[in-house]
Amino acid sequence: MDHHLEQQAAESEKKAVKLLGMWASPYVLQVRWALAMKGVEYEYVEEDLRSKSAQLLAYNPVHKKVPVLVYHGRPIAESQVILEFIDDAWNHRGDPILPRDPYRRAMARFWARFKQDKLSPPIWRWFTTEGEEQEAAYEAAVEQLLVLEKELAVSGKPFFGGEKVGFVDLSLSPLAYVIPIYEEIVTGGGGGGVKMVTEEKMPSLAAWMGRFLSSPAVRGHLPPLEKLRPRCQAMREAFLVSARAKVEQQQQQ
Amino acid sequence: MAGQSNELKLLGSFASPFVLRVKLALSFKGLSYDYLEEKDLHNNKSELLLKSNPVHKKVPVLIHNGKPVCESMIIIQYLEEAFADAGPSLLPSEPHERAVARFWTAYIDEKLFSSWMMVFRGKTDEEKAEGTKQSFAVAATLEGALSESSKGKPFFGGDTVGYVDVALGGFVAWIHAIEKLYGLKLFDAGKTPLLAAWLERFCELDGAKAVMPDVEKLVELAKMRQAQAAAAAAAAAAAAAVAQDY
Repeated sequence: MDHHLEQQAAESEKKAVKLLGMWASPYVLQVRWALAMKGVEYEYVEEDLRSKSAQLLAYNPVHKKVPVLVYHGRPIAESQVILEFIDDAWNHRGDPILPRDPYRRAMARFWARFKQDKLSPPIWRWFTTEGEEQEAAYEAAVEQLLVLEKELAVSGKPFFGGEKVGFVDLSLSPLAYVIPIYEEIVTGGGGGGVKMVTEEKMPSLAAWMGRFLSSPAVRGHLPPLEKLRPRCQAMREAFLVSARAKVEQQQQQ
Repeated sequence: MAGQSNELKLLGSFASPFVLRVKLALSFKGLSYDYLEEKDLHNNKSELLLKSNPVHKKVPVLIHNGKPVCESMIIIQYLEEAFADAGPSLLPSEPHERAVARFWTAYIDEKLFSSWMMVFRGKTDEEKAEGTKQSFAVAATLEGALSESSKGKPFFGGDTVGYVDVALGGFVAWIHAIEKLYGLKLFDAGKTPLLAAWLERFCELDGAKAVMPDVEKLVELAKMRQAQAAAAAAAAAAAAAVAQDY
């Protein structure tokens, strides 16, 4: 009898919660991991971003992007907003995503913003440029990563969220699986090339990456890395080709 | 809680819209604090600022019982959570409504300021025109947001000011300064009537009047910065012209 009721509850929850996403998006992945942390059942809808569905455009007319979480027909967009919503709406269930203490919550939100504002831009620049511009971006990215390294080292905890994965870990998550892919591609896959996160320079972060990827909520939902690699490679090539074309154009004028 | 000091300090700069957001929140929540003005934010940041916000070195910074909190909307959420019993809430209690408020605040942070900067810092006429176009597009979207969120009531937060009102409210002084400087109405009654009405209503609030900076001072500051930028550009152009001879 109990099992039947549980099943019914799960099925009705699945109808109430829908996630519009795309397999390669790290922002969608963060939401999937958060939902897994709370044990929430949901319907997942894969979007083709080159041909956006009427549903996506109706649910996120302002940005027309994924992820969009739809809860009892009401949409929520923007990954950070969605993560906070999941924590609020399923407050009584699973592990907390944000800490409970107001000051620690403020610090968690601060580090999530840090990643967006200070860390992602130079990493992206490093991945999509070459030569001097790439070297400068590399230095800038390492500088910011060292700030994070210090933060984690000083805390002495396994995760930014403490003993378990939390808001900041989820926000930083792309670093855990994307940076190794970027390192391979930038080096040309030859190995022994440029690494951004090394055990020597950033022991805490390096350990965190492996620990994060093997944590319960994350383990079952990794993006297909064999599909992701060629996609990232194509992106880098597209940026380089476009930049080289611009330089040529300028030189001819 | 008896015996616990609840010491609030705010590091700020009178011209910053982000500092104004925090002052508005403190004002609407009826919280008292010591305000410390950074005398020379660009060239000579105070020791306290550098110690409290080593990562960004920016204002506003709230210091509560010696512990610093940075970033305007993070500070405001902190005030909501740490002082939950003191004064009215800015965020609604229902999770989806909270998410909507956070969404619009993120939108304002991402789009509003940057579109205005394109107008004022744009180097070419095309850049400025693009900035103006984007500013009006952003205002049109916010007009829709206000219509949906307020449901006919005066503020994004309903009958009383809420999280989004404060997020947008920080920019109100500059909206007035820009009208004085350029005759440009960013929330034009003809294009965005709800926002224009919101602007008037917001400025009438006692809580807002208590902390609103002097618009004339903002105008003076803008003119001074423009003169400095023009002088620097002229000097750079002169130096470049000289360098060409060698």
